[in-house]
Amino acid sequence: MSSVATSAPAAPSANPILALRRAGPFFFVLALAALVYALIGPQQFANALTIGAIYALIALGYTMVYGIIALINFAHGEIFMVGAFVSLFFLGEQLGQTGPVRDLPVLLVLVIAAFLVTMVVVGLLGVLIERFAYRPLRNAPRLAPLITAIGISFILQNVVQIIYGPSPVNTPQIIAPTERFGLLGASIGYVNLFVLAAAVVLMVLLQLFVNRTRLGRAMRSTAQDREAAQLMGVDINRTIAATFFIGSALAGAAGVVYGLYFGNISFVIGFQAGLKAFTAAVLGGIGNITGAALGGFIIGFVEVTAAATGYFVWAQALVFTTLILVLVFRPAGLLGQQLGERA
Amino acid sequence: MKAQNRRNAALAALVIGAALIAIGYVVGLPPVVFVGALFTAGCAALLQGEHRSLTIVAGMLTATALLPVIVLIQPFSTFSSQNLWIDGFSIAGIFVLLALGLNIVVGLSGLLDLGYAAFYAIGSYTFAFAASSFTGLDFPFWPMLIAGAISAAVFGILLGAPTLRLRGDYLAIVTLGFGEIVPIVILNSSKYTLGPNGIGGISRPEIFGFEFPIQNPWPFYLAMVGIVTITMILIYRLQDSRLGRAWMAIREDELAAASSGVNTVTTKLLAFALGASTAGLAGVFAASKLSVVTPNLFRFDVSFTVLAMVVLGGMGNIWGVAIGAFVLYTIQSVILKQLNQFFAAADVPFLSSIDFIEYQFLLYGIALVAMMLLRPEGLFPSIRRKRELHVDDAGEGPTTTADAMGAAPQ
Repeated sequence: MSSVATSAPAAPSANPILALRRAGPFFFVLALAALVYALIGPQQFANALTIGAIYALIALGYTMVYGIIALINFAHGEIFMVGAFVSLFFLGEQLGQTGPVRDLPVLLVLVIAAFLVTMVVVGLLGVLIERFAYRPLRNAPRLAPLITAIGISFILQNVVQIIYGPSPVNTPQIIAPTERFGLLGASIGYVNLFVLAAAVVLMVLLQLFVNRTRLGRAMRSTAQDREAAQLMGVDINRTIAATFFIGSALAGAAGVVYGLYFGNISFVIGFQAGLKAFTAAVLGGIGNITGAALGGFIIGFVEVTAAATGYFVWAQALVFTTLILVLVFRPAGLLGQQLGERA
Repeated sequence: MKAQNRRNAALAALVIGAALIAIGYVVGLPPVVFVGALFTAGCAALLQGEHRSLTIVAGMLTATALLPVIVLIQPFSTFSSQNLWIDGFSIAGIFVLLALGLNIVVGLSGLLDLGYAAFYAIGSYTFAFAASSFTGLDFPFWPMLIAGAISAAVFGILLGAPTLRLRGDYLAIVTLGFGEIVPIVILNSSKYTLGPNGIGGISRPEIFGFEFPIQNPWPFYLAMVGIVTITMILIYRLQDSRLGRAWMAIREDELAAASSGVNTVTTKLLAFALGASTAGLAGVFAASKLSVVTPNLFRFDVSFTVLAMVVLGGMGNIWGVAIGAFVLYTIQSVILKQLNQFFAAADVPFLSSIDFIEYQFLLYGIALVAMMLLRPEGLFPSIRRKRELHVDDAGEGPTTTADAMGAAPQ
């Protein structure tokens, strides 16, 4: 496990108790998954994993940005929403796709192209936002960038609303939702499998990037101590911009899979999804990349369990209640470090 | 002029002004009202910096007297009738109250509350339960104002107690979540709240046995002015009290404030509770004024609008926030609508195709970002806030000037 906020991964400890403690949160999530599986059955469990993967992808961006500049990027949910619309624009309007593509090589090319285009466009949007809305306020009182973030989020929402209108828009589901396979007595769509696989691949790539590359090391050092990193020759502005690019690109990827999976999007999806993903990031321990991924899946479990057991209308309220409870009883989250009061 | 003389002159101006305004309205002579308003404004000017309660009374009196007369003049009179304007002003007053309350939390204490509409909802529904045809109860309005404020404050404490121990950012997100939960709970508890239809038939205030009439907007307008005036005086006094200074100390540096003996948790909790109670007060008034409450009235849009009002008006400055809220509400509710009709009728090439109401939140968003980047102290900043935010300006910051002035004349 690694994190942006903490230092380089600690040397593997020989102490079995410490190793067990470190594995604790993972066991917790596994136990929760087993419980949820028993409650809602394999069919809904697959849905929970899929939705959880989407939240996890969004949560990564929150946690990375928070880890490096200690800012809750309220606009992050809207960046995800813009990603969904960029993907719609690219696949639907530019390439003229409307429904399932049966030809596997073509499908692969289309999906990969959609990911690349969306991630680059949305990543650049994230960099732009950082450059013009957050960077000038880096030394301002804490309240100032939070307020700009809220402003940016409303700007993005309204621009999309003006372009695409207030009602939901259909997105091309190029992976046929009717194509399913049987597993453990449930019929699971290939699209579910694809969303999960895409999320896991992106998370693994992110882990490798943060832990193995020069820029990843620069990000970790900047998160740990910005001034010291600067003294060691790290270009702070470039590193923070890179963090925004990667975090936003991941949210863009989440937007692509959201469109593929649900088949329709609207300008309001970012607000709700952003809040839930933030809850996921806090749940996992904000600043911690593995934690954000785990948190995303937990939120997926909570939400789908509520919906599947007939409390659909309460699902959102339940997620936010979870957030408040986590902050009360374990503000550091599952994997995070105690942050305490830092004025 | 000596302080004593100045105060007497100001009091005299206030009395003469009030009398002239009253006569002007009774006789129906707008010019007399104007002259009276000049006297009250003069009173406020004479008292500048001292006797804040009296300044507020004089200032509010000037505004109350002038607004209904101003709307008789072109171009305001073309927008709508005087009665509709006055009706709008009393709703604008609700937003002024909300902004004043949020200003305690955001402006004075530096805590970001993004779910402020939840407390407004709690106040509204408190009165809707206590006095409507739905529950069959009929508690009187005036005591319920206080009860609504208290119930909102209780929820504020319940929410704040666990979260105010944490960093400010967490508070922002928890309040955002709370602001989402409250309308959801109201929406889905149809048995108690009638869900999306809302509770109707809420009773109107009574004074000496006379119920406020529906057709005449004046009683609500005057009641609103009274409530806003009292709230402003209370908040001014709070701001200058030990508690108010503790709030500002926390806003500027929480660690330093704690080291100087400020109990940060209690102080923040009080800010949160008092901010919530102001929203509760506004909620009770709104429920009675609108006579129906629905969960849709308390969506995130409201929290965001009120935040925009506080930021644009100037965080921490009570007059600035009140004026900001009033102006913004008037612009959004009256002028934007009228602009649509006006440009559509006039057939101006580009402007007539724009739906200004649709762009409202886009404009707010742009305004928030622009304000934070260019003028973080707001349009009407408080002096202290301005100093704080421009402390980095090289060399000639107001702080250094003040220090130099303090040191020079010896």
